[in-house]
Amino acid sequence: MNLVRAIAVVALLLGASSLAGEIPQEARRSGYTFMGADTRAMQDDDTANPGMLFVLDGEALWNKKAGTADKSCADCHNDARESMKGVAARYPAFAHALGRPVTLEQRINLERTQHQQAAPFAYESRDLLALTAFIAHQSRGVAITAGDDPELKPFVEQGRVLFMQREGQLNLACANCHDDNFDKRLAGSPITQGQPTGYPEYRLEWQTLGSLERRLRSCMTGVRAQAYDYGAPELVALELYLMSRARGMKLETPAVRP
Amino acid sequence: MAALINVPKKARRGDVIEIKTLTSHIMETGFRRTAAGDLVPRDIITSFICRYNGTEIFRADLFPAIAANPYLSFFTIAKESGKFEFEWIGDNGFSSTASASITVE
Repeated sequence: MNLVRAIAVVALLLGASSLAGEIPQEARRSGYTFMGADTRAMQDDDTANPGMLFVLDGEALWNKKAGTADKSCADCHNDARESMKGVAARYPAFAHALGRPVTLEQRINLERTQHQQAAPFAYESRDLLALTAFIAHQSRGVAITAGDDPELKPFVEQGRVLFMQREGQLNLACANCHDDNFDKRLAGSPITQGQPTGYPEYRLEWQTLGSLERRLRSCMTGVRAQAYDYGAPELVALELYLMSRARGMKLETPAVRP
Repeated sequence: MAALINVPKKARRGDVIEIKTLTSHIMETGFRRTAAGDLVPRDIITSFICRYNGTEIFRADLFPAIAANPYLSFFTIAKESGKFEFEWIGDNGFSSTASASITVE
């Protein structure tokens, strides 16, 4: 009897592990490949991609003096086309002063408060999104390497645990859709793999640019969970895990998504 | 406000050319309410005009059902070298302009 029970438990465990499969390297796909031809065309043409309007605004902000230090980003970092190339592909990155990872948005605000002595931008404000998009756009086509820093290891693991953890009234983990059921449909919309290759991205549903944190919070609300606040360590860890999960994929910022 | 214009740099005389414009605007419909129940006032672009060397060649009226950051594309015939001027006019005194040059051979 005990033996039968033990076999049943082993069988259940095996079944469970084969369901929660992580996506193999060669099978990873950008959200771009799940979209219709019209939306792909919109992203491909820089004069039709509304995200490029934010990139233009971000370029103006890059060169604008701010704060009591009266310095612009360009005063220290010069031409972003040179100095910011590849930077977004490494974020979230470990901030030694804080002992934890920070997102690109948080890094911009740290620079603003420390070096420009200016007030930080609010999360999801047009200025923060525009500047982030401008910086990330300099890495378009660059392969993602975020999470390679050994100091980030425990935070990547924290993000992975959160990704696998069921939550909310619907009791769903990120992995239940984005690892196990991508390429199927949810209420008529394709389920993607959740590869964060194009943030900040222009979502037609939002009618504006938005961050990965906004996207994650929408998903949490969707499974009827209490979403973490913007900038919460859990959201940063999830962002870090997602970026490390997309290691080697090329950045598309600003992506267009439905 | 930023605008993106796509006009061919060169064209042969008599060619039909496509002009594509995209401009930044929230296009707030005036039908939405805040969490407190207050109506968010309408804030949209109401009119778009394109002039080719000073002559109006295209005009559009825009309404609340048009998405944020309106994208407009239209066709014209390349007649002479010169300048396309674009103007967007909207609620709350909104006004934005842009221009693009073309060489016609």
